[in-house]
Amino acid sequence: MDAMTFLLWTRGPGLQIALALFLLGFVLRLFELFSLGRPPDLAVPRPGYRRGGWRTLAARSLPAGTFARQAYVTYGLSYLFHFGLFFSLLFFAPHILLFREIIGISWPALPNAWINAWALLAIAALLLMLVQRLIHPVKRLLSTTHDYFAWALTFAPLLTGYLAFQHALLPYTWMLGIHILSAELLLACLPFTKLIHFATLFVARWYNGDIAGRKGVAS
Amino acid sequence: MAPPLTFLDYIDQHGVSRRAFLKFCAAAASSLALPTGAAAEIAARLGNMHRPSVIWLSFQECTGCTESLTRSFAPTVENLMFNFLSLDYHHTLQAAAGTAAEAAKATAMRENAGRYLVVVEGAVPRRDGGVYSTIAGRTNLDTLAEAAQHAAAVIAVGSCAAFGGIPNASPNPTGAVAVHDLVRDKPVVNVPGCPPIPVAITGVVAHYLTFNRLPELDHLGRPRAFYGNTIHDRCYRRPFYDQGKFAKSFDDEGARRGWCLYELGCKGPVTYNSCATLKWNDGTSFPIESGHGCLGCSEPHFWDAGGFYRPLSTPTRPVAMAAAAAVGAGAAAGAAMVLHNRRRKRRAKQDHQPATVNDLEKK
Repeated sequence: MDAMTFLLWTRGPGLQIALALFLLGFVLRLFELFSLGRPPDLAVPRPGYRRGGWRTLAARSLPAGTFARQAYVTYGLSYLFHFGLFFSLLFFAPHILLFREIIGISWPALPNAWINAWALLAIAALLLMLVQRLIHPVKRLLSTTHDYFAWALTFAPLLTGYLAFQHALLPYTWMLGIHILSAELLLACLPFTKLIHFATLFVARWYNGDIAGRKGVAS
Repeated sequence: MAPPLTFLDYIDQHGVSRRAFLKFCAAAASSLALPTGAAAEIAARLGNMHRPSVIWLSFQECTGCTESLTRSFAPTVENLMFNFLSLDYHHTLQAAAGTAAEAAKATAMRENAGRYLVVVEGAVPRRDGGVYSTIAGRTNLDTLAEAAQHAAAVIAVGSCAAFGGIPNASPNPTGAVAVHDLVRDKPVVNVPGCPPIPVAITGVVAHYLTFNRLPELDHLGRPRAFYGNTIHDRCYRRPFYDQGKFAKSFDDEGARRGWCLYELGCKGPVTYNSCATLKWNDGTSFPIESGHGCLGCSEPHFWDAGGFYRPLSTPTRPVAMAAAAAVGAGAAAGAAMVLHNRRRKRRAKQDHQPATVNDLEKK
């Protein structure tokens, strides 16, 4: 297979398959989550409970207390990685064109130098997070194959995208095809791995805070 | 008897100075990425070369590649070099026709066996025994096999010969294939493009005639000297790409300011060719300079590469149907899963036997 045939496959059937798997899995997860059901809350909610969900949403997204002091490396690297991913995924002009094509909306792009810097930061942060996971005895003990798999799934599109952008390692056509394929693998696996947190994280935080708020627990 | 005409004599007769010839040799050495000293070697060898025999086979093609090579504006050295070759067979350019033309080809092949060059323009249809393109009653398949048998090398000129090109585009009714799909036992150089840049064609020939071997090729059999960089890398609009400034239509403010044409479907990033540096029409411009994106014509399958006006990062096929089907399948599977779980729960409740004090006391 030549590079152009490979690239065309990733832009055509590959994308269709990945998107279909993603949507199928995502809808399946939604059914799973909603069908779990929630116990009826018969108690009268405490005054001001409506703020609980939103407060928790904010509070748990910021480093706080003991965690901030003891896990600042984890916090710092996670922030760096997530911001890097956010900007390089959502504000790179070619990516915006893809979103416009699929969901119909677009927004202004950032200059490539910014994208380049954010992508590099995200790659560096992910690498350091892997090193920390391997050398920190507790993290290492807690890590499962699933964790390493999710790490690799996330790392691959960032690395291949950066290499493609820099025209490094392989001819650009191959690298672009590999980049798109790695992003498609990530997309297809998202609903079936812990990476589903891209969609559930903030809902779950709000929900926990809301339950706590109803019971009068400060967030 | 007068000594045989050398190339230097020939260009001298056509009013091209030795200085212009040396400049051409220096440019050829430079464009082929050869060391400086190679220019002198090219000059010495080319200057003294006698007419090499070339058999030009025209198959499924439009003759655009020949036009590209022959319609240079000024009598350049490239163009004269092309004229100097003993073009023993070429449908468009030869005076002979019919059996006389076929006889000329047969004679050239016999007299120059092992030394002649075969240039192929056009793809070769393979379906149904190759009946979809025949010359003098013989299929292109047959003609190519015969010509390649005693050739020194085969040069596939244009994207049709190099990669199948437009005849090979979906649905490819004639089963058209590229030259390298058929010629396995001879060196094959691909000089793709629709058409290729003239100097890329003459550069390969010059290299072969000078060094008696083919230039360094890339993974697609193209001379690296001409196909080593992408259009995007050498594009004068590249800074706008880096700044995120894109023309959104062919007549908006961005287009007037000469911003990047990526969003209008430019294939420059995946197209390896020298248009951005060597340019066309005697160095006048190249397509992007004229306001149109690169079509990627020197790449395999450029005709089927998802549409000329679709940006490179967008899908080549619509995804709505696949997405809708996936959501439907997900909902159906989800609903089935919910029903199954509810049934299990209900059955578990029905089967539940409450424990009594007596049960607990049982041994």
